[in-house]
This record gives sequence, C-alpha cells and structure tokens, in this order.
Amino acid sequence: MVTPDAAAWDALRLSLWVAVWATTLAVPLALWVAWLLARRDFRGKALLNAAVHLPLVLPPVVTGYLLLLTFSPAAPLGRALEATIGLTLAFRWTGAVLAAIVMGFPLMVRAIRMAIEAVDPRIEDAAATLGAPRYAVFSRVTLPLILPGILAGSVMGFAKAMGEFGATITFVANIPGQTQTLPLAIWTALQIPGGEGQAAFMAGLSCLVALGAVLLSEWLARRVAARIAGA
Amino acid sequence: MSLAVTLTHRFADAELDIAFEAGPGITALFGRSGAGKTTVIQTVAGLFQPQTARVAIGGDILLDTAMRTCIPPHKRRFGTVFQDARLFPHLTVAQNLDFGARYAPNGPVVLRDDVIGLLGLSGLLNRAPATLSGGESQRVALGRALLSRPRMLLMDEPLASLDDPRKQEILPYLEGLRDGSLRLPILYVSHAVDEVARLADTLVLLQGGRVAAQGPLFDVMSDPAAVPLLGVREAGAVIEAEVIHHADDGLSTLRLSAGTLELPGVRAALGTRVRLRVLAQDVILSKHRPEGLSSVNVLPVTIDAVHPGDGPGAAIALRAGSDRLLARVTARAVSEMSLIPGTACFAILKATTVAPGSIGR
Repeated sequence: MVTPDAAAWDALRLSLWVAVWATTLAVPLALWVAWLLARRDFRGKALLNAAVHLPLVLPPVVTGYLLLLTFSPAAPLGRALEATIGLTLAFRWTGAVLAAIVMGFPLMVRAIRMAIEAVDPRIEDAAATLGAPRYAVFSRVTLPLILPGILAGSVMGFAKAMGEFGATITFVANIPGQTQTLPLAIWTALQIPGGEGQAAFMAGLSCLVALGAVLLSEWLARRVAARIAGA
Repeated sequence: MSLAVTLTHRFADAELDIAFEAGPGITALFGRSGAGKTTVIQTVAGLFQPQTARVAIGGDILLDTAMRTCIPPHKRRFGTVFQDARLFPHLTVAQNLDFGARYAPNGPVVLRDDVIGLLGLSGLLNRAPATLSGGESQRVALGRALLSRPRMLLMDEPLASLDDPRKQEILPYLEGLRDGSLRLPILYVSHAVDEVARLADTLVLLQGGRVAAQGPLFDVMSDPAAVPLLGVREAGAVIEAEVIHHADDGLSTLRLSAGTLELPGVRAALGTRVRLRVLAQDVILSKHRPEGLSSVNVLPVTIDAVHPGDGPGAAIALRAGSDRLLARVTARAVSEMSLIPGTACFAILKATTVAPGSIGR
C-alpha cells in the first residue's frame, strides 16, 4: 500500500486547473478557426490550416522550444505581454496553459470542423430566408447542431492538456506546485529510486480523470443527439 | 404588388436568359429539370447571384447587378418552401414555427393559431422533424414560411418529393392560400403539369434557360404553341365550370359557357366553380353532332387555329362559348376533314378525362 504524498495531489490539482483553463480559452478560438476553414474561402487558408496542424506533427519539444523563443521575458513578445498586461508565461502555470492550448488546438479544430461540415448549409439558407440575420443563423441553427462536435473537441483538448508533456517541460520547466503537472510529476517520480509506487498512484489518477472525461462527453453527446432526434 | 425578374447567367453547361413578371395570385414557373427554375428561385430569395440580374418587387429593388445593389436574403422577406422541407432538426415543430415568427417584421400579425389551423398542424406541435412524414414536413415548412410574414411566398417544387396521396394532402392547403384571406402572392416552381393546372393563375414556361411562353394560365394552357413545351401527353386546356347537380349514380353536372359536362368524382359543393383539365389527346372532333356514343360529353366548338406539330400530329385551338379547348388530332385528319379556322364542329370529351385529383377549388 502506497501512501500518496501531497505532491501527487498538488500535481493533479495543477493539471486540472491548467486543463480547464486551456479548454475554456481554446474552444471559442477553435470554433472560429474551424468555421473559417469549413465555410470560408480566403487567401492564406491553406497556410492557416497548416499552422493549426503544425503542433500535431512537430516534435513537442520543438513546439515548446518555439514557445520559449517567442514568450520568454527576453523575447520582444514576452516582454511586451509582461509590460502591458503583466502576463508572464515562461516558467509559470500560465505558460503551461498556453502549451496545452497550442498542443490541443489541432485536435479541437479538427473535431469542430468536421461537425460544421456535416451541417447542411441549405438549412442555414432556409433560416436566412425566414429573416434570421447571419449571427442568428449561427447561434440558433449552426451552433446547436454542432454542439456534439464541440463537446468531442473539448474533451480531446482537455485530455491533451491533462497529458501534455514535451512542450510543457521545455517551455515552463518542471517546478513543483507551479508548473509540475501530473505527467511531469509521474516522470519525476520515476527518476527517484523507490518512486515507482508514487508514479503508479499518479498514473492511476490520470486514468480515472481521462475515463471520467470520456464518459461525461459521451453522456452529453447522447443527450444532444436525443434532443435532435426528438426522443 | 408585382415581382419583376430579369437575369442572365452562363453556367459551364447551360446559359440562362430569363425575364418575367409575377403579379398577384400564384405564378407558376414550369419547365423540365435544367430549364433554370431553381436558379430563378434562388436568385429571388437571395441565395444565388447571377452574372447579371435585377429583382424588384413593388418598387423595392432587391438585386441589381448594374447598380451593385444586393439586399441579403434575411432582409428580402421571401418566405421560401424548398423541395426538401429543410426544417431545423434540433427544434420541435412548434419551435420551427416560432423561428419563422421571431424575425417577422412588425405589422398585421399572421396569427399562429390561424396558420396551425389552416395547415392542420395542431397534432404535430411537439414532434421532432425527424419523426414527420414528407407531407407533414412540407406543411410545417409552409407554416414556418407563412409566419415569417413574407411579402411573397417562393415554393421550389414543394411536392416533388412526395407520393401522390401526400400531394393530394397538401394541394388543398395551397389552394386555401390562393383563395383564402391571406391573398399572398406565390411564385411556384414545378415540373408537374397537373399541379400547375390546378394551382396557377399565371404561367411562365421555361425551356433551355429561356422563357418560351408566359401569360394567364387559361391562355397559355389553351395555346397550341405550348403543346411541345408541356409535352404531348400533358398538354390540354384548363377551363372553369360551375357545379350545378350531383346525381345519385355518382355523376355530377358542370356548366360551361357552351353547354354542360357530366363528370364522375366531383366532390365540390353545388354552386362552386371548379377547374377542369381537358387533355388535348382526349378530345375527339366530329363535323356532325355525334349520336349513339358512350360518351355524353359533347360540346359545340369553333376552330380558332390549327398548329401543325413536328410529327404526324396537329394541335387545334377550339372555342366553346367563352371557353377555350385544345385538341390533338393527326395531320391526316386535319386535311381529310378540312379542319380550318372558323370551322364549326363538335368536341367529344371522355368523362374520365378529368381525374378527381385534377379537379380543384
């Protein structure tokens, strides 16, 4: 029997905190980008698509390194953020949120984009002929219809944020209580002789959170689908 | 209030050059698939912009490519009923109806209860669109469009995806719109002659992206030149008659300007006027009053015009009192009987020519 020490719970708390923030911030942006990619034609669309998907194919360490180059206090953008809104990203939990957003973004956009593409634009046309302005067509017709896709994308983004390792440790390092998320804590425990028990306990926590997220999203998606089918 | 449409557009495989006006009542755009009907509806609704086009209704310019004017669809106020009902799948029937009303402009209200009653929707209100039959869906789509208080209703083959019983279920509602208190002008796209004959006041015939004929329905349907456009089997005049007697044997007597017809399956009440469709191929001409025939429907007629067709047939325009009929006979009969304009003869109509479904009003 392993007695989990406080570090495990700290890591879990931090991971959930980072993942909730990352998901909350990323969903609206992912929705907008997914809509652009699904429904709009513009110059640079291929470029945007590639940029969104880049973190999926880049080694996470490289993504983390690029984030560090861009947002470190030494870099112009990092300095500007700190000077204007007092936001420091490098080596802070806020940076872990940014890393989680960037890494989870392609998964979210993909799920939401597929949902948008599945909505028949002719139904949106019908709404327009009934007098609904464009924003109302989106909020009253498109949005409810793509809700399952948004839920699926959110769960994937959340799971990715819970599990993100490479970009996080490169960008914000591994500071207990500050940037040491659950995967980082597991990895750290494995570096210490006799830490296997602790690692296994945290791995178990990871599994439970992931399972819970999937079950919750399935349940929500079923409710949405049932509403659409009129059951 | 009249809708005026002109448009030209070049697709990869077709070219459209269409101009017409739609006044009060139901204006039918008739043509085969590819004739440009749906493009016209989409242009009027604001869902498609042709290369050059002008759409105006009662002095309001909605689209003018020359002036770079284009009012977006949600400000045009054309309630549209599509072939596929396009109900919102995540909303109930009641919510679909309310969506139509939500963006309706201020003014005299189209009462929700009236529309629900007119279209027989009261039993469907809590249902989801996915559980509706095709006919029910179309009725809901129609109600939704009516509640948006459109200045004109656009209907793009609203019955094309329905089987015959479902069509018969919807048609009376459309007739109710035409004749009822709403007096809503309707632009009605169809490739079914029977629907057009039953519903339209004005007919615009499209062929190969052009307007081949347009005018009041009774005129166009009795024009021999329209026979090839409507199809030899479908062509035939539409006339109005008054129901004056229902006999016990199932036959009813209808009065025309030049005589009476005995027809089966007439359900309209005594004194009402009904539309009859008399197919040109079901009219037989005789120079003498025929006797000893099994058909009792004989009308004295005068030949107005003879229109030779491309094949062995000829279309003959007839006048019976103030009514006009169309007959299709062989070119040989025309020469052997010397059927020329002005000739008086007798038209024999089979009583079965008018199917119950083709009797309207």
